[in-house]
Amino acid sequence: MNAQTLYDKLWSSHLVRAEVDGTALIYIDRHLVHEVTSPQAFEGLRLAGRRPWRIGSMLAVADHNVPTKGRAGGIDDPISRLQVDTLDSNCDELGIEEFKMSDVRQGIVHVIGPEQGATLPGMTVVCGDSHTSTHGAFAALAFGIGTSEVEHVMATQCLLMKKARAMQIKVEGKLGRGVTAKDLVLAIIGQIGTAGGTGYAIEFAGSTIRSLSMEGRMTICNMAIEAGARAGMIAVDDITINYLKGRPFAPKGALWEQAVQYWRTLQSDAGAQFGKIVEIDAATIKPQVTWGTSPEMVVAVDGKVPDPQRERDLVKRGSMELALKYMGLQPDTNIADIKIDKVFIGSCTNARIEDLRAAAHVVQGKHIAGNVKLAMVVPGSGLVKKQAEQEGLNKIFIDAGFEWREPGCSMCLAMNDDRLAAGERCASTSNRNFEGRQGQGGRTHLVSPEMAAAAAIAGHFVDVSKV
Amino acid sequence: MNKFTVLDGLVAPLDRANVDTDAIIPKQFLKSIKRTGFGPNLFDEWRYLDHGEPGRDNSRRPLNPDFVLNQPRYQGAQILLTRENFGCGSSREHAPWAIDGYGFRAIIAVSFADIFSNNCSKNGLLPIVLDAISVEGLFQAVLANPGYHLKIDLMQQQVLTPDGKVFKFEVDAFRKNCLLNGLDDIGLTLQHVNEIKVFEQARKAQQPWLFT
Repeated sequence: MNAQTLYDKLWSSHLVRAEVDGTALIYIDRHLVHEVTSPQAFEGLRLAGRRPWRIGSMLAVADHNVPTKGRAGGIDDPISRLQVDTLDSNCDELGIEEFKMSDVRQGIVHVIGPEQGATLPGMTVVCGDSHTSTHGAFAALAFGIGTSEVEHVMATQCLLMKKARAMQIKVEGKLGRGVTAKDLVLAIIGQIGTAGGTGYAIEFAGSTIRSLSMEGRMTICNMAIEAGARAGMIAVDDITINYLKGRPFAPKGALWEQAVQYWRTLQSDAGAQFGKIVEIDAATIKPQVTWGTSPEMVVAVDGKVPDPQRERDLVKRGSMELALKYMGLQPDTNIADIKIDKVFIGSCTNARIEDLRAAAHVVQGKHIAGNVKLAMVVPGSGLVKKQAEQEGLNKIFIDAGFEWREPGCSMCLAMNDDRLAAGERCASTSNRNFEGRQGQGGRTHLVSPEMAAAAAIAGHFVDVSKV
Repeated sequence: MNKFTVLDGLVAPLDRANVDTDAIIPKQFLKSIKRTGFGPNLFDEWRYLDHGEPGRDNSRRPLNPDFVLNQPRYQGAQILLTRENFGCGSSREHAPWAIDGYGFRAIIAVSFADIFSNNCSKNGLLPIVLDAISVEGLFQAVLANPGYHLKIDLMQQQVLTPDGKVFKFEVDAFRKNCLLNGLDDIGLTLQHVNEIKVFEQARKAQQPWLFT
């Protein structure tokens, strides 16, 4: 048999049937559900008189709308409350496992799946959320879907899709001091662009990727979608298997041994062909800061805001001019001279225990700058929060002037009350710096947890590798 | 799903690259549990001068006169013309629901984000990819000619200009058939119930840990 990529293996092991034009029916192993993109799917199912195909494949949680403080009083906003109540009643009625807001296991859907072992190697994992690519860190074929597809998976346990092309992004070498998985993925997006991965499934490979923890690998795969790829993935190794062992939804005993044996095959064969290969030297990457309104608008922290006049492509130049106007920035400003108003440490990109430890390490014994109006830490799940509290991280953050909140998506997309006011500038560990993403008129700079923490202390961006 | 066969429609130009789904429909409108009613909030932050919230009467809100869709010459447009990577970002299907709700039936762009393009075709909305030079030509034609219409023929996979130019476009045969006939994906898939069941049983035998 020909040498196969990891993506080939995942694709062919889920292929139920294919049409003449290549449109395939792909079997789905795990369906994660949240409150925002599911109500219309449940309604559609009900109107058609259908039932979910396999309840056991589903795991639900409310994360986008939930408040991050004062939870005992429930959700104030009646529209948000109705959406969360709708998820609760749909799950109760159909018998779908759901972590409700009061459950310590509640959290961001892309944090809790892996944390529970509900994401396993070799699975297809879908969710009505583009950051489902996160789960590819476990050598799963994981991707975001729309609500019509959520209903399709509920009704048929399958999805209709065409096979993407495979891209390999190979990163070799050692990341420098203060340089994280987040900086690496931002640098990759800066290099290949936000449409660079369109039509591809990206496999991240190389010694740098293999050296990352599962948390770091999840950060990388999480932002594959920001590079335009619906799915990102990383081969199985000991780090993957050690992470999963003993997790509540992971197999036990003889089944565990059987599963591990299979999982070890989940890597690209030597000589497998990729449609595109990108090679990156880890040693060249510095801490990154986005300056614009697209994740590809990114530079190293010791760099400057670029000048659109130096861009020859007119469409790109136009985008840069619009971005600078929105961001309130002048060309050639030093990144380190940009002052911030708020700091957000959280999101499915960077709200796992390792992220919080790294940020706490930077702020320990220090205090946020006077010009920082609000610095908040929003753990990715109730269990991450509990772990952090056992380690005393909450105390470090609170002593440094941060707010310590309840888990959820929070100010990554500002669907709850956590948002920027117009003109406010934020150092954020989230994944999107689009116009209005964190609140209408709000200005987002994407950074790593360490960089966000250092910016909170200094009041402006600083090179954390030199702190 | 609505059928898509032939459309002769007014074209509106949105001259920006990387238009993301947060711009197409901001997050506060995603709190709705319905599939309809998003049209008045399409491009909300660009279209209005104030901040929009669900449940507000949009007809009383101040319009941004600089936003292209607010110009009188583009009222009633059914074809949106735009640049690279349209629909990037969040997977929210509320984006095509809003575009459809506004009255657009087709979008012509240099490229689309994968999930968005997929979501469009589930809603009878046709995403058409043309090369950057053709799109640039269409932008110039739209700006130069008030009332500029294009004819889109899905069966022939052609965009026809008033002066007789023809642009061919690609569409998957399966997707084309669904759009031409207004077919529902779930209904089509359920014709293969037995194959799915056989596949599932085999999977259960090979990887039993997935079914505990």
